[in-house]
Amino acid sequence: MNNTESQVASYSEMYSVIDNWWGLIEAYLPQFWPATIIVLEVTILSIVLSWVCGLLCALGKASKLKSLRYPAEFYLWFVRGTPLLTQIFLIYFGLPQIGIDLNPFSAGVVALGVNGGAYVAEIIRGGLLSIPKGQSESATALGMTYFQLMRGIILPQVIRVIIPPITNDAATTLKNTSLLSTITIMELMLQTQVIVSSTFRPFEFYILVSIIYLLLTSVFMVALRWVEQRHEVAY
Amino acid sequence: MNASSSLLEIIDLRKSFGSTQVLNGVNLSVDRGEVIAIIGVSGSGKSTLLRCVNLLEEPTQGQLIFDGRIIDYGEQSGGLLKRNRMRAALRTEIGMVFQQFNLWPHKNVLENVIYAPMVVNGVKRGEAISIADELLRGIGLLDKREEYPSRLSGGQQQRVAIVRALAMNPKLMLFDEVTSALDPELVGEVLELMANLAGQGMTMLVVTHEVGFAREVSDRTIFIDEGLIEEEGPSKELLNNPKSDRTRQFLERVLRDGSLN
Repeated sequence: MNNTESQVASYSEMYSVIDNWWGLIEAYLPQFWPATIIVLEVTILSIVLSWVCGLLCALGKASKLKSLRYPAEFYLWFVRGTPLLTQIFLIYFGLPQIGIDLNPFSAGVVALGVNGGAYVAEIIRGGLLSIPKGQSESATALGMTYFQLMRGIILPQVIRVIIPPITNDAATTLKNTSLLSTITIMELMLQTQVIVSSTFRPFEFYILVSIIYLLLTSVFMVALRWVEQRHEVAY
Repeated sequence: MNASSSLLEIIDLRKSFGSTQVLNGVNLSVDRGEVIAIIGVSGSGKSTLLRCVNLLEEPTQGQLIFDGRIIDYGEQSGGLLKRNRMRAALRTEIGMVFQQFNLWPHKNVLENVIYAPMVVNGVKRGEAISIADELLRGIGLLDKREEYPSRLSGGQQQRVAIVRALAMNPKLMLFDEVTSALDPELVGEVLELMANLAGQGMTMLVVTHEVGFAREVSDRTIFIDEGLIEEEGPSKELLNNPKSDRTRQFLERVLRDGSLN
């Protein structure tokens, strides 16, 4: 009790010492740049991986073949039914035990990519279901193979439908990078925690990191609007 | 091989979906250049018969001989990849047109017509375009080649769908109730195109509710009832003078109501 009280006293002392909050932020702001870059790198790589996983999983789940459908269903069931943090720990701390040793960055990308893939798969599946069956039937009747049909007829139409939800999902992936602070990736959250622990100014710095996250996610929203407008061709 | 005149032989074709028997042993021989109208009530198996010919539906039993070749299907015809390849190859020779047109909405008219010849048959783009232009000129829609399907009338869309199938240079054309989704005033232009096609010697299997078309254009009419050919014969004979009671009842109802729909 006594101990805590003295700590509180020392905090308020500090607050009075550094009254100039802008000066404080200015002093620490440069340290956020490398962390922001890492967030962007992890996000972009994870999104690409999640699209690959999501497309394969969606096609697998739509397949008539049990050997493709069952693994896809298991993947969806597992990923959507367990916490992301658990998946991150499983990949970073668990996999080395069976000989798959990933550095924190790779483990983070794999975890977010595999996790995002399950959600992307559901989005793509919805998109696939939105294309009338007759579209693929007429293509099949013209002798197209599954691959030709997908590439030329189905996916171009699906992409149009799924752009908004997929962008939303990308913003989620960006925010989820904060969980990678738990596996020592020096991204924005861990960087903030480090600074807070040395400055004892959580309020200012968690506000600051929130603003940085907001700026980053806003970029996705602006990009979405731009892409949506570009795809508004009349057909 | 008996490839002299018969383009398609259907021998004891059976198809069931689960426990529902749809085709109960259909036998039919289609000569080159012959136009056959297939009539019957909804659910009698007409469409399923057509869809079995190009293997959109896998027959449960029976044999298909197309252009002198026995068409293998199902498990006995090898692994999945081989089966898919064989089916795709068969379908390049058999054109099919559907009730709902099924043009691809994200491609314009020209792209709809040239896409399959290019990616399936490997035709060069320039050549595919000149074939498409000629076909579109033939149906008076050359000026619509840059339009998207949504900007065309139903009749125009269906004619483009027919041309899209013709661009593959098929040996046999399957028509599955192609005028049933059209407004009455648009039916004529599609039937006219089909009549022209018949006049040029195309072999055609036409599932239709248009008794007039069957009588004037088709050489032979088949009445299908409960998955079996109940009656067949030269179109004028069968449609004017049906022998079977069921055929007569069906035709009376169709003529009374104007059409089946």
